[in-house]
Amino acid sequence: MRRVLLHLVLGVCAALVLFPLAWMVLASLSPAGEASAVPPRLVPRSLTLEHYEALFTRLSVARHLATSALLATTTTAIALVVNSMAGYAFAKLRFAGRDALFRALLAGLLVPAQVAMLPLFLLLKQLGLVNTWAGVVIPGMASIFGIFLVRQYALSIPDALLDAARVDGAGELRIYRSIVLPMCRPVLLTLGVLTFMGTWNDFLWPLVVLTDDSMYTLPVALANLLGEHVQDVELMMAGSVLTVAPVVVLFFALQRHYIEGIVSGALRE
Amino acid sequence: MAAGPHPPLSGARRWLPGPAFWLLAPALFALGVFFVLPVAASVLLGFTDFDLYALASFDQLRFVGLANYAALLRDPLFGRALANTFYFVLVGGPLSVGVSLAAALLVNARLVRAKRLFRTIFFLPVVTTLVAVAVVWRYLYHPRHGLLNFALGGLGIGPIDWLGDPAWAMPSLILMAVWKNFGFNMVIFLAGLQAIPERLYEAARIDGASDWQTFRRVTLPMLAPTSVFVVIVTGIGYLQLFAEPYVMTQGGPSNRTLSIVLLMYQQGFRWWNLGQAAAIAMVLFAIILGLTALQLRLRPLEIADGRRS
Repeated sequence: MRRVLLHLVLGVCAALVLFPLAWMVLASLSPAGEASAVPPRLVPRSLTLEHYEALFTRLSVARHLATSALLATTTTAIALVVNSMAGYAFAKLRFAGRDALFRALLAGLLVPAQVAMLPLFLLLKQLGLVNTWAGVVIPGMASIFGIFLVRQYALSIPDALLDAARVDGAGELRIYRSIVLPMCRPVLLTLGVLTFMGTWNDFLWPLVVLTDDSMYTLPVALANLLGEHVQDVELMMAGSVLTVAPVVVLFFALQRHYIEGIVSGALRE
Repeated sequence: MAAGPHPPLSGARRWLPGPAFWLLAPALFALGVFFVLPVAASVLLGFTDFDLYALASFDQLRFVGLANYAALLRDPLFGRALANTFYFVLVGGPLSVGVSLAAALLVNARLVRAKRLFRTIFFLPVVTTLVAVAVVWRYLYHPRHGLLNFALGGLGIGPIDWLGDPAWAMPSLILMAVWKNFGFNMVIFLAGLQAIPERLYEAARIDGASDWQTFRRVTLPMLAPTSVFVVIVTGIGYLQLFAEPYVMTQGGPSNRTLSIVLLMYQQGFRWWNLGQAAAIAMVLFAIILGLTALQLRLRPLEIADGRRS
């Protein structure tokens, strides 16, 4: 039976892919020391929440969780407004040098973020923004990819609709707010999910710009925690679960938009 | 300014901030100040001896020409980082793309039920936080109580010191990266597969082509453009290897997992040799530009009007 065999192969692959994540969850719920027992136990003898408790009571993980949530939400909100405005302008307004400017922006996609990172740090230092949350948000406020994504989508808005609104005396900002934004809802959801997850998962930049442990985002705090608690496997797994859980939940909720965003970004030619 | 008796001049002279200006201003300001300016400054920074003293006072800053680049050429650590990064890109990249393609073909197979479920499962590692799963894998790789060695022990394969053995450390990072990333390219391949017109398969069936022939003569050639894109983008992503060695090995053992970006981070933000670090960033940039040029040669981009659908 080919069909059975095929599903068997897929099932085994799926189990292998899920295994590290499943182990992470199980280990985080195991009594201390059990996840590193030899021979290892896959299913813990008893379940406990003590490691989560320890993270919240002794290791102030709530603060880092709140920091990550705040920064990801803020960045997403700003990025949605800034990129949608620019994306709409590039798609639907006529102005001198529009196409040249857009091409120049696209060329910027080739520059890896690390190239800007060193001078950006010096600039933020001059502005007194090192070790502040603003410093984390700033590089994510506008993104070339985000502008591109919105522009491609906004191209499909009928010009007649916009012209009709103009004839009725609506100003451009009004048109943007009450026609363009509602019509771009799907692409804005995509951009929102991508930005939120990108900011939540980001590591290098918050690691660079935040110098004080109490300011750390969750991933940076987790990497920092590893330094002192490398022996506490179950505790580290609980920390990993807390770091991963919000993005995984968001992914399940908005999966379609997330995957569409990636595919339309990939097939941009 | 209102136009005088003359008809308005075209171009910059009668420039008025119109709605397009106000809509673009926030994005262009943010990109200009926090991206374009730093990138340009990075080029200059690479020609200076910016270090801890210059950080305290800019008077200490000197222009040193190509000295940073000359130092990189002489630095065995940089050579090591380049070699390690290329190892990761050249082995991990194709492996990752191969697994993605295989997964896409499996999930897309006509007989498969619950395609969406499998797609979701395979995609799940992509959305997880790299730092967190790197911590998880660090424990799975533990030589004594890691589950990987336990499973291999069951097959009679001796314990491997995954992250501690210089020969195994990079393969370990590659294995984890493949697990973390293959779902991303799988989704792109799936879109590519679904874009292949059904009539091509019908024609192949009518001609009596075997499954293998259909795959070789129809599927693969039709996927070629997607594949070029996927290979290059994966390569560019893998060149920026950082969090995995930072969390799992700190670049060790004996610098065998030290990557270009990790070295840049250490030079720049640990030792505050920002001039030297900027030179490293520029080398990375040059390599990425080279790869992109390769992609453009293989398949020219139509940037001006990227209208699809």
